[in-house]
Amino acid sequence: MALRRKTAYEEWAARYRSGNLPPKEDATTMSGLPLQPLYTPEDLEGWSYEEKLGYPGEFPYTRGVYPSMYRGQPWTIRQFAGYGTAQETNQRYKFLLGQGQKGLSVAFDMPTLMGYDSDDPLGEGEVGHCGVAIDSLEDMETLFSGIRLDQITTSMTINSPAAILYAMYIAVGEKEGVSLAQLGGTLQNDILKEYIAQKEYIFPPEPSMRLVVDTIVFAARHMPRWNAVSISGYHIREAGSTATQELAFTLADGMAYVEASIKAGLKVDEFAPRLSFFFDSHIDFFEEIAKFRAARRLWARIMRDKYGARDPKSWMLRFHTQTAGVSLTRQQVENNITRTAYEAMAAVLGGTNSLHTNSMDEVLALPTERAAQIALRTQQVLAHETGVINTIDPLGGSYFIEQLTDEMERGAQRYFDQIDEQGGVLRCIENGFFQREIADAAFEFERKLEANERIIVGVNAYTDGEGGEVPTLRIGPETEQGQVRRLKAVRARRDNTSVASRLEELKTAARGSDNLMPPLLNCVKAYATEGEIMAALKEVFGVYREPILF
Amino acid sequence: MTARVLTAKVGLDGHDRGVKVVSRALRDAGVEVIYAGLRQTPEMVVEAAIQEDVDAIGVSLHSGAHMTLIPRILELLKERNATDIVVFGGGIIPQDDATELKKMGVVEIFGPGTSLKSIIDFVNKGFKAA
Repeated sequence: MALRRKTAYEEWAARYRSGNLPPKEDATTMSGLPLQPLYTPEDLEGWSYEEKLGYPGEFPYTRGVYPSMYRGQPWTIRQFAGYGTAQETNQRYKFLLGQGQKGLSVAFDMPTLMGYDSDDPLGEGEVGHCGVAIDSLEDMETLFSGIRLDQITTSMTINSPAAILYAMYIAVGEKEGVSLAQLGGTLQNDILKEYIAQKEYIFPPEPSMRLVVDTIVFAARHMPRWNAVSISGYHIREAGSTATQELAFTLADGMAYVEASIKAGLKVDEFAPRLSFFFDSHIDFFEEIAKFRAARRLWARIMRDKYGARDPKSWMLRFHTQTAGVSLTRQQVENNITRTAYEAMAAVLGGTNSLHTNSMDEVLALPTERAAQIALRTQQVLAHETGVINTIDPLGGSYFIEQLTDEMERGAQRYFDQIDEQGGVLRCIENGFFQREIADAAFEFERKLEANERIIVGVNAYTDGEGGEVPTLRIGPETEQGQVRRLKAVRARRDNTSVASRLEELKTAARGSDNLMPPLLNCVKAYATEGEIMAALKEVFGVYREPILF
Repeated sequence: MTARVLTAKVGLDGHDRGVKVVSRALRDAGVEVIYAGLRQTPEMVVEAAIQEDVDAIGVSLHSGAHMTLIPRILELLKERNATDIVVFGGGIIPQDDATELKKMGVVEIFGPGTSLKSIIDFVNKGFKAA
């Protein structure tokens, strides 16, 4: 039987090569993994269903973290939004909640993300541009005014100053009479990928890790509905990494947080169930699906076998996905709708738990309402028209997908070994390993594009027709002026003696090793501004300068 | 004569993929490239450009602050009598803003999807707009 099959394969292979046009040799995925023209059972020799896949909702979760997946509940459509002032964004949130949305996702502006107040000269021209400006507890009160925090969950995309915004959110809840245990939400708070890719770091890696661990410990002790960190590959990929690097570096970061939290005295099952992940969905369809499946399987094994987690919730890798902003093109902007749709489908076939689809015009500016609506509709068409939600992990068992999933897993393992050999994630940040790997991959991608080895429609092929003029959204200077006025009023109104003494207490605590959440809460409640708190911490922790390489 | 170019990220965002790829492509094409790094203020950029005696400054922004920061670079170059230093840029810069910046004196704005070859040609042909 086996022999007869083998012969049939060879006959096919001979016919494959004997056509008039020689078939394309050396096809690879976008990340450079070699691809065969055809996969057969021979490619999965020794492969075991029980070991590699199992059933949905069961170890190693290759087929999905829940037993019923999208039959039970489709993925959560979570579109990231925010701009201008706290008051404008509050209006937008009330509208979204009125439409039945249960979760908010806050985008902060660059000065807030980098820990500067709105009147800092370094933030000039950026206030309210890529998100909402938050300077003090007063802005946070305005942002959530009239919204019951025990009725919603809030996701906050912020990293270096995450502990401060977290403290502000808790303080708003307290004023509303909502207890710590009732507050639900997620902080991105993944500082490691900032050094690796997005570069919104402020302090050196070690004190930054301490702040992250302090929030993990605080949430584990007091806030059972809070995800203190969302371990993110998205930014690593957008910075130019391959799919394998995205997978490997993200899980390596995850392991670093697990180890740091255990070192701080937590038991793995006390915090691991609330770790969540965030990945990119790029344009190479099957490679992305394999990446998501490999991520779940790798994490389950790592948590169970390496860290001895016993709670199955600690083994489950739950993740949010965003389609690849970097795959969008300025040329023929409407084509971006098509790209985003394919990427969204890959995320869903890979079993994502929630999804953001980009708007076609984000390559030019913040999205207009029309473009944002098309992006939302793209997910609704996927969920309600294509039928993809009806069967769990529909590509499971495909010779090709299973082989590619195994290959992604092996590639990630090779990177884990390299990272260990260099002494771990922090050392690899300091010696520039991650940054160099990503810069090399980004350059290789551009080289292939220049050599026409890779085609991007509208960019290096089919370039006729620029497409229509696309309107863009703009933010006027009034936003910045108004925000600065309100900030100055807060500084004039509050008890400045109390602010100064609480900032001193924070510095004292920062020099020691106690959890920084209590002194941070004291500071925000006295209306110390984000910029003032960051300045106090910089005095103790210093600031980080990365090695410059390109 | 070999061209000397200072590249820099101005503003607060950390999206350095584009500026690094362009810096490397220019270097590989024989241009002397000094990459100043992230979060450079207009003052830092102009100071470095004069110190390093470069022919051109290439700035990259993705934060939306281009209409504040790029005009300031032009202003500072004027103040320092260094308007012989050419300014070009790239990043997320809407077409209307790019047109406006060119009127102010920026030689070229390279948006997403620009080929490396066109940037190398631009530098090698004496920073002339296409």
